[in-house]
Amino acid sequence: MEQQGSTKLDGTKTASANEQLLTFIVDGEEYGVDILRVQEIRSWSNPMPIPNTPHYIKGVINIRGDVVAIADLRERLGLPKLEYGATTVIVVLRVNAGGHERVMGVIVDAMSDVTNVPQAAIKPPPTFKNSAEGSLAKGIVTLEAAAAEFGGRVPAAV
Amino acid sequence: MTNRLADIQQELMGTFFEEAVEALTQIESGLLALEKCQDDPGRIHELVNDVFRAAHSIKGGAATFGLTQIAEVAHHAETLLDRLRSGSMKPNAQITSLLLSSVDTLRALVQWSSSGDGSDAPATDALCKDLDAAAQQLGAGSERDTAAASKPASEVRKARYQIKFVPKPDMLTTGNDAVRLLRELTLLGDTKVIADTSRLPGLREVELTKCYLGWTIELEGAVTRAQIDEVFSWVDDDAEIKIDELVERSSAAAAQSGERPHDPAARAPEHAGDRDGGGSIRVSVGKLDMLMNMVGELVITQSILGELEGDGPIDVKRLASLRDGLALLARNTRALQESVMSLRSMPIGTVLSRFPRLVHDLSRQLGKQVELKLSGQTTEVDKTVLEKLGDPLTHLVRNSLDHGIEKPEVRRARGKPETGTLSIRAFHRGGDIVVELEDDGGGLDLVKILARAKERGLVGQDDVLSDEQIRELIFAPGFSTAEVVSDVSGRGVGMDVVRRNIKAIGGQIQMSSVQGQGTRTTLRLPLTLAIIDGQLVGVGSYTYVVPLLSILESVEINRARVSQFEGKLPLYRLRDDLVPIVSLGGVLGVTTGRMSLDSGLLVVVETDGERLGLLVDELQAQQQVVVKSLETNYEHVEGLAGATILGDGSIALILDVQGIARLARSAQGSSVVRAA
Repeated sequence: MEQQGSTKLDGTKTASANEQLLTFIVDGEEYGVDILRVQEIRSWSNPMPIPNTPHYIKGVINIRGDVVAIADLRERLGLPKLEYGATTVIVVLRVNAGGHERVMGVIVDAMSDVTNVPQAAIKPPPTFKNSAEGSLAKGIVTLEAAAAEFGGRVPAAV
Repeated sequence: MTNRLADIQQELMGTFFEEAVEALTQIESGLLALEKCQDDPGRIHELVNDVFRAAHSIKGGAATFGLTQIAEVAHHAETLLDRLRSGSMKPNAQITSLLLSSVDTLRALVQWSSSGDGSDAPATDALCKDLDAAAQQLGAGSERDTAAASKPASEVRKARYQIKFVPKPDMLTTGNDAVRLLRELTLLGDTKVIADTSRLPGLREVELTKCYLGWTIELEGAVTRAQIDEVFSWVDDDAEIKIDELVERSSAAAAQSGERPHDPAARAPEHAGDRDGGGSIRVSVGKLDMLMNMVGELVITQSILGELEGDGPIDVKRLASLRDGLALLARNTRALQESVMSLRSMPIGTVLSRFPRLVHDLSRQLGKQVELKLSGQTTEVDKTVLEKLGDPLTHLVRNSLDHGIEKPEVRRARGKPETGTLSIRAFHRGGDIVVELEDDGGGLDLVKILARAKERGLVGQDDVLSDEQIRELIFAPGFSTAEVVSDVSGRGVGMDVVRRNIKAIGGQIQMSSVQGQGTRTTLRLPLTLAIIDGQLVGVGSYTYVVPLLSILESVEINRARVSQFEGKLPLYRLRDDLVPIVSLGGVLGVTTGRMSLDSGLLVVVETDGERLGLLVDELQAQQQVVVKSLETNYEHVEGLAGATILGDGSIALILDVQGIARLARSAQGSSVVRAA
């Protein structure tokens, strides 16, 4: 059922100097995304596969009448696959791509937390040529554990 | 109070203008059809009747609103049509073109009246004279009185009737005026009218828009029952009408005839204006049924939720059914919303219907013979797109007739049939609306285009351009190759405007042409909302939608009829045809139990003139589906026209048959099942 497991995160405040990140876990690492880009978080539901698309595009799901493509972040990042299960979640993001706003879902292992990060603490990612992560990550921030933070460009690149 | 009356009047007039425009279109297409079926008296009769009725309702409406010029022209045209209707005379080209020019004049008059800008009315006198002359020529009988009814007078005997006419209170809102009806009766014979004021409420309760009066009319004269019926024919549903023929002949009746309620000299036209009340959106019954179904489901959902009401404890079970009910409600609401949105789409035929006339007139004017073929008129397009499509299409049709199709003698010299063909096709493809115009004319003359562009300074004298670039030139502002600037085209405001307009609605325009053989212009209009008839098919555990339009038939596969060649698509012998088989599971990368061609169903589709058998596991329901573009949130995917959401909330992908054919060809027979 659609309503299950979806949580609206509207109305979350951000301090101007801080960026509020929604963090989640993929293959044991913590990643984060600007919380204002998050439309909702959904539990796993089987997508309708789309033929002839990159392997990490798992298909489309129905989000209240919108047909939304979802991408597996593990596969996108070249990490080993994991069976989809009870903790698997889809983070539904609003992104700007090609001049207009699109909605897309990203499959992650599990949700983690909402964290305030001072903007100054976001360091540019190390540059590696031709690396997928290079174009996906906006910066790296050091928390108790190291966490890579994703910016708005993430899904556009996906 | 006066303001309110004026508002109502204004609103009703608006409706009249809209309907008049529609009626004129109807007359026009009727007349054009008349020209084509000269040998079928039954059909002619039918068409003439249709045209007559349309003209008649324009006349009635115009008279109601005091639009005398319109009523006048319509009346003269109607007289001529009546002659056609009653006479055995066949309508000839001269009469048709006379009637067509009346349509033009009426259209101009409607335009003039609705704009109300105080300019001079278009001239009508000459036309009315012509119409009368033609009517006289036709009519074997005597010139009829304008106010007389259309039935011949010879068979009528004197009779007396008592007519009880009690309008329903809201009759006035349908645009019928009781006074006019009474006035018409007085024109039929001597009348005595008694008003029944018993329903009249106190002055405070009187509503301006309601009719409280009833009448009893005694009518005496050479009148048939049918004539009286005709007077009331527009108000049948809105009033209680009882007509009794009085057998006894009262000598006093003649004396009473002086008490007419109104002076017949006020000269009312024959019939009351008819109009269906209110709105101006026309919606197919099918769509309304769909809407009704959804409302029905909403009511069911409501009753499910209603059962949860009560004082019982909120336990897990109730909570679960509450959740289910809410989910159902969300789905119903969404479906309802989509359904309401679909009311906005209209068949493209409403735009295409203007072209038979345009082609008819233009080809005469240009001395060319052109046959227009329309197809796909029922293709649904969002109203907003539709409104912006008319002008660009008109430009393209004009261009094709002016520059494309050659004069008969040229065509003969080139070994083509003298009559050129212009086809306009509309269809859905890949979630888009495609409108294709194709003519078998001279095609684009690249040499001439380049020369013209150089002359106009659009390209430098020494520039070397590819064919593609030259073709692109015709879209440049200020470009036109017509040798003589005519009123048809040639003012150089053509193609660039067309392209701009098409782009403005998010569409594309493409032109391909073979010199000496013709030109094809393709307009692609993206649709955020289009509804197609779809056949749901099951492949593996998934459901796909095949557009019903492209399906020819579906057959159960018979192994004996399959022939397979290495590296080619297997072929299926369907009666006398060989149809390539495409395994949908294979193309779509879906695992299915039936990959062996031993079982399963073959959905035979046609695309670009070739046939293809799509191998599926099962056929499911046929239903209308709302096309959701994949591009909105993702990107275009080859072989898919979009997606739709089924009743249970799951997604089904809509296949683009053409794309599937391309995919299958590129994979050529490999029945490899790719993992999803």
